[in-house]
Amino acid sequence: MAVMYILLPVALLVVLAAVVAYVWAARTGQFDDTTTPSIRPLIEDDEAPKDRPQPPR
Amino acid sequence: MAVTEAAAPPARTELECAHCGLPVPPALRGDDPAFCCSGCRVAWDVLHESGLARYYDLAERRNLRVEPSGRRFEEFDHPAFQALWVRTRVDGLAETELYLEGVHCASCVWLVERTPLAVPGVASAELDLARGLVQIAWDPGQATLSQAARFLDTLGYRPHPFRGARADRMRRTEDRASLVRIGVAGAIAINVMLAAIAIYSGWGPGGMAPAFTRFFRWVSMIVTLPAMLFPGRPFFRGALSSLRTRVLHMDVPIALALSGAYVHGVVNVLRGSGPVYFDGVATLIFLLLCGRFLQTRAQRAAVDSAELLHSLSPAIARVVEDDVVREVPAEALVPGMVVDVRDGDALACDGVVLEGRSEIDRALLTGESLPQPVSPGDEVFAGTVNRGASLRVRVERAGEDSRMGHILREVERSASRRAPVVRAADSLAGRFVAVVLVLAALTWWRWHFVSANRAFDNTIALMIATCPCALALATPLAITVAIGRAARRGILVKGGDALEALSKPATLVLDKTGTLTEGRIELAEWTGSDAARRWTLALERHSSHPIATGLLAAWPGLDVPPATDVHATTGGGLEGRVEGRHVLVGSPAWVGARARDPRGLGAPGADPTLTPVLVAVDGEVVARAGLGDTLRPDAADTLARLRASGWALRLLSGDSPAVVAAVGTRLGFAPKECRGSASPEDKLAEIEALARSGRVVMVGDGVNDAAAIAAATVGVGVKGGAEACLSAADVFLSRPGLAPLAELVSGAGRTMRAIRVGIAVSILYNVLGVALAFGGVINPLIAAFMMPVSSLTVVLIAWRSRTFDERA
Repeated sequence: MAVMYILLPVALLVVLAAVVAYVWAARTGQFDDTTTPSIRPLIEDDEAPKDRPQPPR
Repeated sequence: MAVTEAAAPPARTELECAHCGLPVPPALRGDDPAFCCSGCRVAWDVLHESGLARYYDLAERRNLRVEPSGRRFEEFDHPAFQALWVRTRVDGLAETELYLEGVHCASCVWLVERTPLAVPGVASAELDLARGLVQIAWDPGQATLSQAARFLDTLGYRPHPFRGARADRMRRTEDRASLVRIGVAGAIAINVMLAAIAIYSGWGPGGMAPAFTRFFRWVSMIVTLPAMLFPGRPFFRGALSSLRTRVLHMDVPIALALSGAYVHGVVNVLRGSGPVYFDGVATLIFLLLCGRFLQTRAQRAAVDSAELLHSLSPAIARVVEDDVVREVPAEALVPGMVVDVRDGDALACDGVVLEGRSEIDRALLTGESLPQPVSPGDEVFAGTVNRGASLRVRVERAGEDSRMGHILREVERSASRRAPVVRAADSLAGRFVAVVLVLAALTWWRWHFVSANRAFDNTIALMIATCPCALALATPLAITVAIGRAARRGILVKGGDALEALSKPATLVLDKTGTLTEGRIELAEWTGSDAARRWTLALERHSSHPIATGLLAAWPGLDVPPATDVHATTGGGLEGRVEGRHVLVGSPAWVGARARDPRGLGAPGADPTLTPVLVAVDGEVVARAGLGDTLRPDAADTLARLRASGWALRLLSGDSPAVVAAVGTRLGFAPKECRGSASPEDKLAEIEALARSGRVVMVGDGVNDAAAIAAATVGVGVKGGAEACLSAADVFLSRPGLAPLAELVSGAGRTMRAIRVGIAVSILYNVLGVALAFGGVINPLIAAFMMPVSSLTVVLIAWRSRTFDERA
């Protein structure tokens, strides 16, 4: 069971990596809006317009 | 691409506009596809040219009409607007947030975020669907914000500047910080608990090698330390400031229990014997942080919805310069400018009328239910609405200097002057903390005769058993649940203390116009023939006066003949020719001077709250209508319920005393409980006087009520109220009518009962724990087990309590 002495610190390092990833996600605003981003992948990309249209006047 | 495909229109476009779904006028029916107006044609062309034709296939919009306002949004490009709402990013792009009306589904996300395709120069558009906020970034050299705004408007999403942007960014930072804290605390709690499971299972038969036990204990200690130092810091900071201000609150025992348990654990780890509670420490930090986060979120949802409503109020003015009218933001007005105020527009400044005769609706500013006539030379005020005809007004005072600005400053002042409500739970917590500290000292003193180790163990067991976890959860949880349920019933509560103040009967002061009454003129009486109705409406169709609106709303669907030669006299009435007859509709004095009245219809009426209107045909008075600001249908019932539960009610209005007295009598007020012609300042003074002798609740809707609402113990704003009133109010009723008021009061009472039950249960657990720990019956481990059970009980009580629900 002496492997514990290595395994546990390694496990904690993995946890640390997860925490760092989470902190990065929270600080860059990944949790600010939890509704809209889930919809975006459902939207199909459209063909790019051939000519740039004029804005409405 | 899609231009050709979608140009073959579905069958329904034969009658309906291909863009907005409105009927196509006969003159334009020949086109294919057909449009109701040129604005819709432009929108349709733009959508097709940008490859957005799929818009017309979206299932969600088929049954919904698109209603573009057709505004030009020029004020969005004005320097004053840009200075207020637009930021410049490091990459040179300009960025702002707009609040969009009418976004509701996934298709809206698709459409709004395609703005950059249709407006060259717009770099990105990102929609927050839940709140209807779009963040737009554009290149100021290539595009203007008004182009993007016009595009969104043609799609039916009317844009408004989002006023809460600055506060919103601050809160977002706060939210992110709490999320980081919760995440870190959670990760630590779970891992320390895993180590604790290893330690506890090592107690069983066979056991664990002492070296491993020591290893796990050291690991737990080291892993818990960051939880104490980083996510746990708010509790220690709170405890320190509590000690500094000498007001004991929840953070003190939490900080004491956390540091006590941790230090005790460190001592035992170093000694190599005795129990450790690192798992309890880490879990406690995590759960407490979660509770606080949930509570602030629930309160914020209410504040947010009120803020989005702010963004809806018009903030533009039409400035006349060299006979050209331009739209500018209201903030850009300076004294000396001349503004054009159209019929139906709200004034954005105080000023003097230069040209035009009209009537001004001052209901929101003063509470007067009837509009007052104005002519050149008269003074008009910001926040009032022009009814009748266009006016040219010279700006005298704008922004903060206007009468409205003064009232708003007064609102801020009284809001900050309001004494902080001492919450029952907090004052209870203070005493609780003191008791726990005394008991802990007693326990230590009693057991130190036995052994120092027993004394320490039992004292820690007591501290853990009395951990105010459940007590700390009882109030915020019950309030969070109640605020959430209230919001679903259309009652937005901005803070828990409002519920507490509303839970026991006190004095409740109501405004009249717009609060007890509908705030708009409706037909209450009619004497006359059906033909007279048709003739009346034929004329009134040509006017936007509140009287006309009231008459038109009274008989919808009536077959109205056309009228010719319609002429309006401000302060008098309308005349014109209908079906070959000469028809007059107007005030008794005006009609009486022009027609005979054989049946005496022009005599003063019995009801002083009604405004009489006479109809004369070919020189003879044939009908009489009585119009007034009618009571809300649920007003009488609501007031009766409030009186029955012990509230003292008062009526405080800016309208004329005769009208106020008549309305008051009808609703069961004693004459001394009614007060009329109260200016905003009078209202504030009255509320302050009442507040000195006890709790007072103010219910209102107008700017004239705002200062009083801010000064009251609890201010309640009703649906349709002015912006100033919304921001001052603690509670906002977003459902029409007064019934939510009675619901709010009874719900507040039930919420406080649920809190008291929760507190009682948690104290019961604590008392039990104290007795057992003091007697040395339980060790800290059992105490640590009792604690979450008590929290769970309190959570269930809060969840199951009926505070605001349909059955209530």
